[in-house]
Amino acid sequence: MRAGSTRVRLASLVAMAALALTTAACADNSSPSTNTPGGSTGQIKAGLKIAFLPKQVNNPYFDTSDNKGGKVAVGEFGGTYSETGPSEASPSAQVSYINTLSQQKTDVIVVSANDKDAICGALNEARQAGAKVVTYDSDTQPTCRDLFINQATAEGIAASQIKLISDAVGPDGGEIAILSATANATNQNAWIAMMKTELAKPEYSKLKLVDTVYGDDDDQKSFTEAQGLLAKHPNLKGIISPTTVGVAAAARYLSGSTYKGKVQLTGLGTPNQMRAYVKDGTVKAFALWNPADLGYLAAYAGAALASGIITGKEGDKFKAGKLGEFTVGKDATVLLGNPFTFNSGNIDQFSF
Amino acid sequence: MPRLRFNWRTWDAVVILAVVLVSVVGAAFIDGVASPRFWRFVVLEIIPIALIALPMTLIVITGEIDLSVASMLGLTCTVMGQLWHSGVTSLPALIAISLVLGAVLGALNGTFITVFGLPSLAVTIGTLALYRGLGYVVLGDRAIADYPTAWTSGIIKAIPGLTIPWFVLVVAALAIVFGVVLYATPIGRGLYAMGNNADAATFAGINVRRTKFWLYVVCGMVSALAGVFWTLRFASARADNGAGLELSVVAAVLLGGVSIFGGRGGLVGVLAAVLLLGVLRNALQLAYVPANTLTIVTGTLLIASVVGPNVVAATRRRLRQRRTAPPVAGVQ
Repeated sequence: MRAGSTRVRLASLVAMAALALTTAACADNSSPSTNTPGGSTGQIKAGLKIAFLPKQVNNPYFDTSDNKGGKVAVGEFGGTYSETGPSEASPSAQVSYINTLSQQKTDVIVVSANDKDAICGALNEARQAGAKVVTYDSDTQPTCRDLFINQATAEGIAASQIKLISDAVGPDGGEIAILSATANATNQNAWIAMMKTELAKPEYSKLKLVDTVYGDDDDQKSFTEAQGLLAKHPNLKGIISPTTVGVAAAARYLSGSTYKGKVQLTGLGTPNQMRAYVKDGTVKAFALWNPADLGYLAAYAGAALASGIITGKEGDKFKAGKLGEFTVGKDATVLLGNPFTFNSGNIDQFSF
Repeated sequence: MPRLRFNWRTWDAVVILAVVLVSVVGAAFIDGVASPRFWRFVVLEIIPIALIALPMTLIVITGEIDLSVASMLGLTCTVMGQLWHSGVTSLPALIAISLVLGAVLGALNGTFITVFGLPSLAVTIGTLALYRGLGYVVLGDRAIADYPTAWTSGIIKAIPGLTIPWFVLVVAALAIVFGVVLYATPIGRGLYAMGNNADAATFAGINVRRTKFWLYVVCGMVSALAGVFWTLRFASARADNGAGLELSVVAAVLLGGVSIFGGRGGLVGVLAAVLLLGVLRNALQLAYVPANTLTIVTGTLLIASVVGPNVVAATRRRLRQRRTAPPVAGVQ
């Protein structure tokens, strides 16, 4: 190799580095997009850019909450709606999307966190650049978001799940297990903790929680974990799966196995996914709330924040379209309501 | 198959031109590309890829490959997280242990490939699974995320006066070191010789096996360094950190003009290719292009990078044959 070409290459290397630095050598002049508050009129500003960033796209639960709830709300108050996100429930993938949304000068980022801490840095950078951050379904640390829209209290969900499995298993009780989503999801861990507290009550003394496994909100992994549970605990009487992907996969496994009807299943599921299994007896009852309402409320809450109607402190009130008026509670949390129980009697009335 | 004598300096220029073109067109048509924040995010994203691409280039030039880099990154993250969780609070100690771990993991690769003579593709696919699995053994499904903010904000802090993170200087320094080794030392020339014909290189006095072994050790250490950066940047140590990153690195190396058969290519093109892929990904994401289309774009670029130079060389050869008398085989 000629010495000349070596020098040329070294020079090119240095030149490239210089090019990269100079292109961005403008000092950080970018001023954050200012959101002038809408003020005391209480009107939502027109043309707000609201972006939904769920844990993962291609998840029917988020498809309902975002496209059938959030999108409807954004249409009602004349904003611009978008939904984006990673195809797998990973926190580092969410960070990339948060950065993109922030650069696109989004006014409100509505995000369901894959990890309580990992996306905090990116969210705070986005807030500094002028975006309002609303978490829904799964919270982050309170310091990195402006509001959290809680679908139901952890206590309410836990109480409903334990009651449902207890009713299904029967008065003799037995061993139960939990098939959760990802091990770090904030909402899942909060609910599991409360379920353990609930199980300590005297009326559930016959129920024994023997295992908690994680399906990562992946259909195949959840299916395999359900199989694993029955293999490891042959005396298992009930499974609680507080995640729509997990409960659907577990139901699919149970209804095709010898355990159908012998091992009870309940969880948080959508009526459309669970209808067949309720009708064939694999699942007696399950719970949820209307995720479309959750997305709808999250969009209105975000818009209220971005328009200056509320600031997120306790006691702030805002109107959320057809859902009525909501008050901000402790830790900048807004509660949607109580969980709703679906069973063979009412499941046909719903379609989501 | 006759070796196509292609002037790879031209390909480097093509990639650099492509970066400039994409940046200029992007800045003109996509809102936000011209902003310093865009470049900050691009650089943050490509730092791990650029880091690992440095030793990967050298390895591919010798005709080998290392597909376990992302798993080494992930395992380093989990070990670092677990150590922090168990009470090791000194950052220098964590970094030192991570680098040693990377060296050990790389040495394992190197041993299988050079001592036992197994094909590097097979070995590193195996260690890709092994190291990722070990990561799950260390941390399970958990994530360790409670690092001090001083570390997590310090790692991404910008160079004073700019928006670019200071860590890019570490990458630049390493790039210069690798560049000097590759272009200006006998070791570097030996790498090209090894890639072209390992037996001839051995007879010429180059210790092929020892050189390759140490290349894998260095690759392990650099992957570990990338793991340290990853953990602190995302403030999260998880067993699935970096999953799939090896494909981005290999894509950049091939797009940068390094021949997968070995013996050709250089760092300038690879670094330009890393930048090109990063800018393209982020610019298209800003332009609301969905994730699936981005994969198609990256894949097409990769195919072009492998097919392109060969087509160009074949065309030049045909033109030359038309101009000259009966060709003397192989002479340019």
